[in-house]
Amino acid sequence: MSRTDQGKLLGVVLVTLLSLWQLYPSYRFYTMTLAQRQAIEPAKLAQMRKRAVHLGLDLQGGMQLLLEVDKSRLSAAESKDAVERAREIINNRIDQFGVAEPLIQIEGQDRIAVQLPGLTDPERAKELIGKTALLEFKLVRSADEQRTLYQRLDSWLAARGGHSGDSTLAKTPLTGLMIDNGFFRKEDVPSAQKLLATAGIDSLIPLDTELLWGGEDEARAGMTGRAIYVLKRQPELTGGSVASAEAAVGLDNTNPGAWGVSMKMTPKGRADFARVTGNNVGRQLAIILDGVVQSAPFIRDRIPSGDASITGGSFDVNTAKDLAIVLRAGALPAPVKTLEERTVGPSLGADSIQQGLTAGIIGTVMVVAFMAIYYQLSGLVAIAALALNLLYLVAAMAYFGATLTLPGIAGIVLTVGMAVDTNVLIFERVREELRHGRSIHESVRLGYDRAFRTIFDAHSTTLISALFLFQFGTGPIKGFAVTLSIGLLANLFTAVVFTRMIYDFWLGRGKVERLSI
Amino acid sequence: MLQLLVGTDIPFMRYRRYAYVFSSLVLAATLVWFFVKGPRYSVDFTGGTLLQIRTNQVVHADKMRAALEAEGIQAELQQMTGESPNEYLLRFRTQADPVAQVKNAIAKHLPGVTMELRGNQTVGPKVGSDLRQKAIMAILTSLGAILLYVGIRYEFKFALGGVAALFHDVLVTLGFLMFTGREVSLTVVAALLTIAGYSINDTIVVFDRIRERSKALRKEKHSRVMDIAVNETLSRTVITAFTVFLAALALFIWGGDVLRDFSFAMLVGVVFGTYSSVFVASAMALDIWINIDRRKGVSAE
Repeated sequence: MSRTDQGKLLGVVLVTLLSLWQLYPSYRFYTMTLAQRQAIEPAKLAQMRKRAVHLGLDLQGGMQLLLEVDKSRLSAAESKDAVERAREIINNRIDQFGVAEPLIQIEGQDRIAVQLPGLTDPERAKELIGKTALLEFKLVRSADEQRTLYQRLDSWLAARGGHSGDSTLAKTPLTGLMIDNGFFRKEDVPSAQKLLATAGIDSLIPLDTELLWGGEDEARAGMTGRAIYVLKRQPELTGGSVASAEAAVGLDNTNPGAWGVSMKMTPKGRADFARVTGNNVGRQLAIILDGVVQSAPFIRDRIPSGDASITGGSFDVNTAKDLAIVLRAGALPAPVKTLEERTVGPSLGADSIQQGLTAGIIGTVMVVAFMAIYYQLSGLVAIAALALNLLYLVAAMAYFGATLTLPGIAGIVLTVGMAVDTNVLIFERVREELRHGRSIHESVRLGYDRAFRTIFDAHSTTLISALFLFQFGTGPIKGFAVTLSIGLLANLFTAVVFTRMIYDFWLGRGKVERLSI
Repeated sequence: MLQLLVGTDIPFMRYRRYAYVFSSLVLAATLVWFFVKGPRYSVDFTGGTLLQIRTNQVVHADKMRAALEAEGIQAELQQMTGESPNEYLLRFRTQADPVAQVKNAIAKHLPGVTMELRGNQTVGPKVGSDLRQKAIMAILTSLGAILLYVGIRYEFKFALGGVAALFHDVLVTLGFLMFTGREVSLTVVAALLTIAGYSINDTIVVFDRIRERSKALRKEKHSRVMDIAVNETLSRTVITAFTVFLAALALFIWGGDVLRDFSFAMLVGVVFGTYSSVFVASAMALDIWINIDRRKGVSAE
């Protein structure tokens, strides 16, 4: 055995051992049963999961979101780190929600990509992530102030007509619809909203005052409807004053069985809350979440404890818990919009793995059988090279932390095709040289040398297209490009180094009469 | 030793005019279809929502459609066939909160039926146009880079022939996807680029041999050199195409719905990629070669 052959052998053995070592965690992780996984400490399990080959969301199920932070209403200073802050807050929320291995990344200027593997309730998670959760405490204007504003709105709207004659609605178009102070029946809400959207109406509302709607389907005076509130625009406190929030039952005396969220304030928030409540006994303090008034209780007394709660609406145990999470994690600096959502249910993911594996195995078996029949012993060499190729490919994916997706499996299948092609090129060339009457040694040497240039060019062009796929591709395309690129490189190594070495050993051991090819 | 297609002497280049006619017809059909009817783009490119749901019992598509319509849901419904008739694909152009809406419609109008969400793909219009641009960029830049590479490694006439074959294969595959009513999605774009890679790979093997042979056979006609090269590489060409075809066929039959369009494109691409190496890439290189000679005043043909 020559020095170069020894070097090659050492290289192949080393790369193979490294690959096996690299794949051991994957083997252990994916062969473990659920019970075994639960028996291991979480930190150790997370470590193993990290080192195992990652499965894409399309294979293991989960949700992928692309969010855009709407910075249009932020000042230049605020928008500077708005996306980063939004990412952190979303990260906190997901942490508290409890998802293993979430991935939250900023993409481009103002986008955030969120990946939640193994998620079972996508709707709930979307609600949790997308909620701005801007909590504000605002004083409700006094009854006199409200009356003055409504009168102005009524006379302005009446002057613009709409209702003819002398009916109540003609004289007081807005308050005429109200059942109770600011409360509309459900069927009247759209007309009230239309009136309040009349162009130019904003100029009638004082700058320090705003009108906000309460939640939908509120019951009052034996009817279902929706209320509007006249509020002081400047909030007294915001969500920043909240230290902790918990979902709880029995916060509302009038409805003791209902779920709600109880909040505890920070020391500063506590002092502010005490001052505000102390100065405004007898008035209403509205609790507003994302621009919707949740409730507006009367302040009976100064509240020094800083305990506040959000009740009403249609809380159930989950919505109350989720609201508590978003209040603890804090509000997003700006609203976010979902640009893209891809959810794969766990059953679909499992089916995809099953189908991908079945197709992969059948395809490989067919190709392998053909090679063995057509090229005999040399075919077996090619198959060994193919097996090593696949081993290196998956090991490299584990090493680089690449993700195996369904298109990735397609990339592997294509790699199998390319690997076979490489060997076919070499074998056909060797056969040709043999037909020209050259010796076995000479034929193998020439076959490899002459085929190599073709193989190199062919791999280069395919690699070029794979790299461009990676560069521009998103999601599925990327996964495909990754496996294809690694597969091509692994293939160059196995075909040119490994199989050549086998022939050198084979032919090196004395006289070979006939080459099985 | 098992041998196929060895020692053949098929005058491929003599038939190249027929091939030109055939390819032109297929390409023309593709282009007409593309500009008149247009391909069916998936939600990746149009924006919208694609839901995949499974119900606990088989509901006839008409009944399902009626249930959705009763709730004012505008969706294109497709019932899966074969092993899973209780699965449905729903396509929406614009619909707020489609999952909840569909759940509600089923609960209201189809008593006893429950649904499981298998998959949801929602793409906003902005992302859709982004993805479209990215896909076009990916295709054009990778084709450009391949052209550059082949141009550097081979003579101009070969590079031109190779890239013509590349466009031919990608377009013809797109054509077959359109003719069979398949959707053009991100995955299909990946398939088209793979075909581009495969096509040029296959072409290069033939070109390499032509280059090698044209040095040794200076006295021969160009078309004869090409025929010799194509015949000498024929067994390799067919065996490789056959094995890649086998792998793609396995994906097509057993790979599931997600990979069906991808593997369909691969099957078409492999067949045409092999054909085009000889009848588009080499044939065009030959005609360019003859033209160059004629201009130089040499008559090699």
